[in-house]
Amino acid sequence: MTRQPRAISSPVDNALTPGLGPGGSSLMSHLLNENVQVHRVTSIQIPENSAAAAPLLQIRGLRLHFHTKTGLVRALEGIDIDLAPGECLGIVGETGSGKSMTARAIMGLVPHPGSIEGGSIKLEGQELIKLSQKEWRKIRGRQISMVFQEAKRALNPVSTIGNQIIEAAVQAQGVSRARAKELGISTLAKVGLPDPARIMDSYSFELSGGMAQRVMIAIAIVGGSKLIIADEPTSALDVSIQAQILRLLRDLRRDLGSALILITHDLGVAAENCDRIAVMYLGQIVEMAPAQMLFGNPVHPYTCSLMASLPSAADRGKPIGRATRHVPPPAGYRYSTRRLPDGSISPEISHMIEVEPGHFVACLPE
Amino acid sequence: MIIQTSAAPAAATMQDDEVLEARNVSVSFPIRGQGIWPLNRQREIPAVRAVQSVNLSVRRGEMVGIAGESGCGKSTLARAFVRLQPATGGSVTLSGTPIDNLPALELREQVQMVFQDPYNSLNPRRTAGSIIMESLVVHNRGTSAERRRLAVQMLERVGLTEAHFDRYPHEFSGGQRQRIAIARALILDPKFLVLDEPTSALDVSVQAKIIALIEDLRRHLRLGCLFISHDLNLIGYLVDRLAVMYLGRIVETGPVERIFANPLHPYTAALMAATPKPVAGAQTDRAPLEGEIPSNVRVPKGCPFHTRCTKRIGAICDTVLPAPRMVDDREVRCHLYNEAPIAPAPNGALA
Repeated sequence: MTRQPRAISSPVDNALTPGLGPGGSSLMSHLLNENVQVHRVTSIQIPENSAAAAPLLQIRGLRLHFHTKTGLVRALEGIDIDLAPGECLGIVGETGSGKSMTARAIMGLVPHPGSIEGGSIKLEGQELIKLSQKEWRKIRGRQISMVFQEAKRALNPVSTIGNQIIEAAVQAQGVSRARAKELGISTLAKVGLPDPARIMDSYSFELSGGMAQRVMIAIAIVGGSKLIIADEPTSALDVSIQAQILRLLRDLRRDLGSALILITHDLGVAAENCDRIAVMYLGQIVEMAPAQMLFGNPVHPYTCSLMASLPSAADRGKPIGRATRHVPPPAGYRYSTRRLPDGSISPEISHMIEVEPGHFVACLPE
Repeated sequence: MIIQTSAAPAAATMQDDEVLEARNVSVSFPIRGQGIWPLNRQREIPAVRAVQSVNLSVRRGEMVGIAGESGCGKSTLARAFVRLQPATGGSVTLSGTPIDNLPALELREQVQMVFQDPYNSLNPRRTAGSIIMESLVVHNRGTSAERRRLAVQMLERVGLTEAHFDRYPHEFSGGQRQRIAIARALILDPKFLVLDEPTSALDVSVQAKIIALIEDLRRHLRLGCLFISHDLNLIGYLVDRLAVMYLGRIVETGPVERIFANPLHPYTAALMAATPKPVAGAQTDRAPLEGEIPSNVRVPKGCPFHTRCTKRIGAICDTVLPAPRMVDDREVRCHLYNEAPIAPAPNGALA
């Protein structure tokens, strides 16, 4: 398996495509004419006046494999992500697409028997791959925090909420327990929990699912992390509680200026909460674009079929699950599909081709 | 033996006698003992009131949806429809006969169920074929060879092949397992099918295929379906009539297009607003429902939704349970509509 060399986008290319550009419809016809000029790029630019802002998180060619008894599982194969400070990136995909593994790799929590086989993860320029456990402890909770899916399972059932949030604050901030307690109470208030002093003395089983998720978020932000990774934070919650938690994450992001990676299988949640969305399929990002662009003008066949699978009241009486939208690939390329005709997974690593400013699609040279 | 009461909802049209109907159905679960000390026990035994006085009917060929959040009683109601959970009040009738009076075998021939989690609803020690054929054995239908032929036909009907006949559940994916569960439910050729969140454990691409299969089967077999889901996007796509439940009661029921175009009950409107929509430019900053769902043990007095309602009109909401009222083709339980005839609000007024 060889890594394909990658061309680097020239500044001229970027100058040709400033800003976010016009809406999807004209671009669609543009694409259909097959005269579109594509830029082969190594770096994925961050949209919106990001020229000056250095990326908070930069992932390049990340490969994560599992050496199992039954064979090699290529869980991630060539993931590239740039995240600007304060940005919200959604990672969507179906079961097994690798979205949770991406989060775990960023947190340094790759489960056995997985191992990172290549690539780099840089947080504000610092390489995270190959850090020792001791060094990791300085990163987790202080610079990157994680909110897990099932808050009640992620919280310790035999320790009070207070103990858990104080522990996080002492670890991350290096403050005294008394100061950490004050910090804990004020953080619990910040996430919208009523009577935070009483919550400090409660156990996780005394809380509802929504309250437990608020506690998880409080523990994640108490250390002042600049990057919060939320792995399916609302999947176990009812829609009315889900809306509350998503609004809380949005408000906190605005108030604290931290960046958020929101991992979800629910395209609706991603559409409503993320600046940009990456669609993952079989360990690869197949399409990445600002939310409005992705939903207004999906390009990759997988994204198109995923969107065609979503039922909605507007589609009553029409069959679902069959993509009716077919966008020809950029000239000289074919879409990277990962799945070979015999059912196995292609080891080829695709390029992210920019089809419109900020809109990237996984392709392979024809 | 058959006692026709006047409790039947006015809306139910009885021309078609093949109808599965809940009449004033309540299900409650008493909570025993509040501790090991008898003195600490409360005098009145509290109960989880999962379903309270629900009227709902499904005619053959019709797809009726029940939507609501967890704990609203939608699954308990579904189980009451197939007598997996006996109603503690009211009754479920099948074409006029209370199902409690029907022999179990007769009931199961007519009403079948597909469960939520295809990973836990199939016996791991039996092959797909024997799971599907079991009903035929229990109901003493056909010879062994005929049963096998029927089961294979049914496998093919749900999109699998004869090659799958001798495989065990662990060899199938989630979507394939749900196909087996559907085949098992349909092998007796029932008239009614209760589907309790049949796709909530599946990915959207698999869900699309299962939904297409259910829709196809319903049309060809003229099944009456009761479809339980918390996903309003799916409900809006699939069902003909919708009942929205909150804390054990139906708050709004009617044709799904009407409810989606203009939800009347404040809870329906809030639920629809809270449902994320996967469309371009969906980013909104709407106010979500405040607070959490109250406990089913201490259901709020008056209108159960008054603790979270943004359209409270006064003390009446806290004290008096609103009576169901027909407004704009729908039955709504809300004091907002309890005055003399109300003109339907313009589209989206409550959204």
